[in-house]
Amino acid sequence: MKSRIILFIIGFFIWMLLGWPFDLQHALVGIFAAALVAALTGDLFTRRPHHFTHISRYLWFAYYIFIFSWECLKANIDVARRVISPRLPINPGIVKVKTTLKSDTGLTFLANSITLTPGTFCVDIKPEEGSLYIHWIDVKSEDTQEASRLIVEKFEKILSRIFE
Amino acid sequence: MSEVLGYIFILFGLAFDIFGCVGLIRLPDVYNRLQAVTKCVTLGTCSILFGVVVIKGFNGTGIKALLCIVFLLLTAPVAAHALARGAHKAGVKLWEGSVCDKYEEDSK
Repeated sequence: MKSRIILFIIGFFIWMLLGWPFDLQHALVGIFAAALVAALTGDLFTRRPHHFTHISRYLWFAYYIFIFSWECLKANIDVARRVISPRLPINPGIVKVKTTLKSDTGLTFLANSITLTPGTFCVDIKPEEGSLYIHWIDVKSEDTQEASRLIVEKFEKILSRIFE
Repeated sequence: MSEVLGYIFILFGLAFDIFGCVGLIRLPDVYNRLQAVTKCVTLGTCSILFGVVVIKGFNGTGIKALLCIVFLLLTAPVAAHALARGAHKAGVKLWEGSVCDKYEEDSK
């Protein structure tokens, strides 16, 4: 039930943002639409609704957006340099990395962050052993430990505070 | 002032979209080309949309552009992920200069 209420609030919030200049008619339709979506799919949204009441998780999420943007900028410039240089200095391969994250949301965010950071993207994921297969445009290390340290660690610590 | 800043963001985004397209043509195999595509999304398209937010401010247009960034960041990696996994399952080989393929070794 709590999961349904949270989904209703988020859905209504996004509806109001989409039709920003506020008017009453729009808001009433939004209440019905958000309630319909929450009633149909609400129980799939989250299994641990109490996480939404922890303020520190939101602060860590803001910090995570900042760190992610910075990593993204650095990696973008690096890949752009590889693409436009005439010798095409790439060294690709698929490596295996380990993660300590357990929750589905945490693993999804980790895989998406890795994919969005240029130079690395996630090919497959095995949640039961906590391993991800990453295609890396410039393989610095084939060893699982070393690759995990280079790719996963910078996101993992923050994500474990948000989603675990 | 905010208009100039917005146009700088849009130009920056266009430049990175062009680099992404160059990469899409120059890089050798499916997986490396997907790298170029994800690069387009993050700094290219998101930077253009952010430029629109900076120019327009927080009115109807700006907030829709901001929501577009959020939805783009949520959906684009899923598509890249599905394409890569599908290609690997269908037996598309890595480029011959590739260093290692741990996924192939483990799925035997």
